[in-house]
Order: sequence, then structure tokens, then C-alpha cells
Amino acid sequence: MDFIAILSIFVLACFVGYYVVWSVTPALHTPLMAVTNAISSVIIVGALIAAAAAGEAVSKWLGLLAVVLASVNIFGGFAVTARMLAMYKKKERPVAAKK
Amino acid sequence: MEHTAPVNPWVALAYLIAGICFILALRGLSSPESSRRGNRFGMIGMGIAIITTLVTHVPLGGLSGAHGPAIALHGDFVDLVTAGEILVAIAIGATIGLTIARRIQMTAMPQLVAAFHSLVGLAAVLVAGAAFLNPGAFGIAEAGVIFVQSRIEMGLGVAIGAITFSGSIIAFAKLNGNMSGKPILLPGRHILNLGVLAAILALVAYFTQDQAPWIFWTITVLAFAIGFLLIIPIGGADMPVVVSMLNSYSGWAAAAMGFTLHNTAMIITGALVGSSGAILSYIMCRAMNRSFISVIAGGFGAEDAGGGGGGEKIDRPWKRGSAEDAAFLMKQAEQVIIVPGYGMAVAQAQHVLREMADKLKEEGVTVKYAIHPVAGRMPGHMNVLLAEANVPYDEVFELEDINSEFAQTDVAFVIGANDVTNPAAKTDKSSPIYGMPILDVANAKTVLFCKRSMGGVGYAGVDNEVFYQDNTMMLLSDAKKMVEEIVKALD
Repeated sequence: MDFIAILSIFVLACFVGYYVVWSVTPALHTPLMAVTNAISSVIIVGALIAAAAAGEAVSKWLGLLAVVLASVNIFGGFAVTARMLAMYKKKERPVAAKK
Repeated sequence: MEHTAPVNPWVALAYLIAGICFILALRGLSSPESSRRGNRFGMIGMGIAIITTLVTHVPLGGLSGAHGPAIALHGDFVDLVTAGEILVAIAIGATIGLTIARRIQMTAMPQLVAAFHSLVGLAAVLVAGAAFLNPGAFGIAEAGVIFVQSRIEMGLGVAIGAITFSGSIIAFAKLNGNMSGKPILLPGRHILNLGVLAAILALVAYFTQDQAPWIFWTITVLAFAIGFLLIIPIGGADMPVVVSMLNSYSGWAAAAMGFTLHNTAMIITGALVGSSGAILSYIMCRAMNRSFISVIAGGFGAEDAGGGGGGEKIDRPWKRGSAEDAAFLMKQAEQVIIVPGYGMAVAQAQHVLREMADKLKEEGVTVKYAIHPVAGRMPGHMNVLLAEANVPYDEVFELEDINSEFAQTDVAFVIGANDVTNPAAKTDKSSPIYGMPILDVANAKTVLFCKRSMGGVGYAGVDNEVFYQDNTMMLLSDAKKMVEEIVKALD
């Protein structure tokens, strides 16, 4: 892919991010941070490439270490988000207490 | 540019789908009902990205030739040992991550998020380092010479990653109490910071001319230093902005690496996370009426700044109430609005607070919760704590949705919040919090202010007019103990 194609994806994704994030309800801002943290660990892709590559030992070990760190984030981030989201409940009784 | 390895369209498609899953993950957070499904989308996206990378880069089985080049993009054959090593690395990370996620207290979420950001930052640094040492594996070099464009991306990526790492470590230490929340102000820090930043940019520019290792590693070290320098002068009250900002940086770091690796999943994710953190920072700054620059410049809440606004330290009359008084007043009320703040989190009072609300509801009192955007140490912190205590989310309101209701409310129950209720933000131009939107608790018929002592003022170091109002009753005690006593008195 050439640079312009990649840049286009990036810029459009920034716009998507802008609109999607504004639509997130403020009550869920903490889970939002936890889940964005989990997904930004997609950097594990780069770590896996380095860890799988032959040739350069140091590079490989840096990659493996990065795989560990990113995995902590991925599993920890999604799990803690799931734990938080499970706590958000509506009123049990459907009594409309509006006045 | 013809320098990239021929990309298998299916692989590119898989990464694109992963990116779309991440968009849906954030989209799901628009309401609590859809949020759980959103989180599952996130996991699916991550699964797709990881499996795609493993399949294309680690041919399982290691049988040379058989399904080799068709699957292996770069033709490097890796044996079972490598596959095993990677799986072990993932397993180690997964165990640590899941254990932390299960054990962490909800009050400690800000620290946890800061710690997680630091890991993303460090991972970005390591990946950039690995790419620099073995550029061939990433398809960004020809005969050991890294493409100029890739050098810029790599240099910026490693710098942003390193800033995220060291900045998050400091934010973690401050939030976790390993370090004082008071700003640390070095002399000439603005000049120093700008100098270091300029040096980093100059080195990135020079890096395009000369691929020497010392340049790469100097950029890394300087970026570690600037992350540290940028966060130490920022005080505890500004932590919500800092945490959001570092969230944003971790996204930009992922995006920069995505540019280096020409990976759509990473670019889309980086852009999403980057804008998410930026928007949260903006929301937090707006909620404090501070400009982003002034937060970054730091120093807010430093001791010398404290005495300034409206704080003549004379003894003024105030009324002290007991738990029984509070219980009586709230029982008689038609509507009670609870205003929680960081003090509630520190005292872990959310569960007993919910009990109190339940008791009041049995008495026919309408109970609502009012949340200021910067209550707590990260965006949405109070909402999570209340959710943890089983408070239904439809009883919890944001500032602009509930502020007009205080005037028709019998009792405003402020627990562990201070600055966000301070009318000085509206009236006193010299106050450091002037202009900050506040919850108008003073308009309620009665204000019950639960606070540890009269001495301590909020993070901004400003005295609160509400304490001395005729309709205010101070409940001086540990938040949890006080609410427990009120619950007893309600029986």
C-alpha cells in the first residue's frame, strides 16, 4: 500500500473515532478508557512479527517481551471492561418513578 | 511504493475486519445495554488480528515447503519452537492480565488504566526497537537500509511510545500514592521541556539522513525523559486530563507503528484510541474551565497557588449536624440528590451509600445522583463506583441534566466532593476555579456536607462558601462511618 492510501485510512478513521466517541455516554467513560487501552494493544501484531522473525536474536527477544506486555493489556483490558460493564444495571422494578 | 512485500488480499481484508470490529466495540458504548456486545466485538477483532498475524508469520508445523510460501508472507520458516515461545509469551501475559483484572478494586481503576497505558507505550518502544534491529523482517528495508519514510514513522513511533511509557509510570505513581499528588516544579522546566522536544524532532529529522543506532536510541532515551518531565509538574486534580491524554498518546503510538508496518488494523485502532483520548481530555478540560495548555504546563494545586483565592482564614460560623439530624432531614424530604466525589471513593462508601438510598426510597423519598464530569480521578470514575454498588444507572445524572433540579430539591447530600460544588467558581474572579461549571447544591433547601474535617479544602485549595451557608449542615466524619450511622438512624 502506498503512503497516501494509508494516510487516507488514518484520516478517515480519525473522523470515525471522533463521531463514535462523542456518542459514548459519559457514564461509560471509564469502560471506554479500559477498552481503548485493550484495543490499542493491537500493537501485538508488530510484536508477533518481530518474535516470529528469524535472524536477529535481540530483535526476537524484544518482540517476545512486547508480546507479553501487549497480552497483559489485551486480556486484562477486555476482562476488566467486561467486569465493569456487567455492573451497569437498570432499575429492577419497572416503576416509572418520573415526576 | 514498491518496497512492501506483496500483500495477500485476504490478509489485508482480515486486518480491515479487525479494525471494523474495534469501531463497533466503541460504538457499543453509546448505551449500557449495547456495551457488552461491543466489548465482545473488540475481543473478536483482537482475535482476528492475532490469528491472522500468527498464520502469516509463523507457519505452524514447521514442515518446510508444504504450505510454506503460500502462507508465509516473508518466506521465513519458523519451527515449532518459535510458535511455542510465542504461545508461552501470550499465556504469561494472559495470566497476569486476567489475574489483575479479576482482583483490582474499582476504586483503583485510574491507577490500573495508567499502568496499562504504560505497557502499551513500552510495547510500542520494544516493537520499534525490534523493527530497527531487524528491518528486513518487517519489510521496511532493502539490503539493511531502512526506507526514509519508515525511519520517520519509526522515530515518531518510538518517541510517542516512550513518552506514553514514562508519563504513565509517573501518573500511576501519583494516582497510587507512591508519589505525592503535589506538583513538582523544576526551575526553567518550560525551557527544558521545549528544548528536549526540539532535540527529539531534530534527531528524527537527522535519522532520515543517517541510520546510525545512536540516533535511534538517543531519541528513545530523550522521549523517556520528556514523558517524565511532562507529568511531574501536574497536580492530583488534573489527573483526569493526564490519564485521558496518555490514553490518546497510546493510540497515536499504535497508529505510528501501524504506518511503519502498513497495517490497517493498527492504523484504524490508533486513530480511534487517539481521538477517544483527545476527546476525553477536551471534556475534562472543559469541565474544569482550564485550557489544555495550562493543564500541560502544570503547577495547578501547588502549595503556593493555594492561599490565593477567597481564602481569608478567619473563623466563620458553621453548623455541625449529627447522623440523626441528617437521617431526620432526609426522611422528611421529597427528593434527595446525592453528590459523590473522590472522598467517597477513598472511603469506599459507595455500598453503604446505596443502602442509605434504598432506605430512603422505602420511605417514599426520590433519590438521584448527580455527577460532575471531573468527580474522581478519571472520566466516569464515579459512575463505575456507583454501578459497582448496584445503583441503577438511570438514577445517575450528569451535571447538565440535573443542575436545574437542585432548586426544587429538599436535601443535597454532598459526600467527598468539594470543588465541584464551590460557588466561588461563579462569583470570585480571583479564584483558581473561576469559570468551572459547578453543581448548584447551594440552591437546595438543605445541604448536608459530608467531609472529614473543616480544615482540609479541595485539591484546588479554595475555601467553599457553601460550608457557611445558613442552610448547610456539616457532617464531619469519615464518609463511610457517617453514612453507616445515618443508615442506622434511618431504621
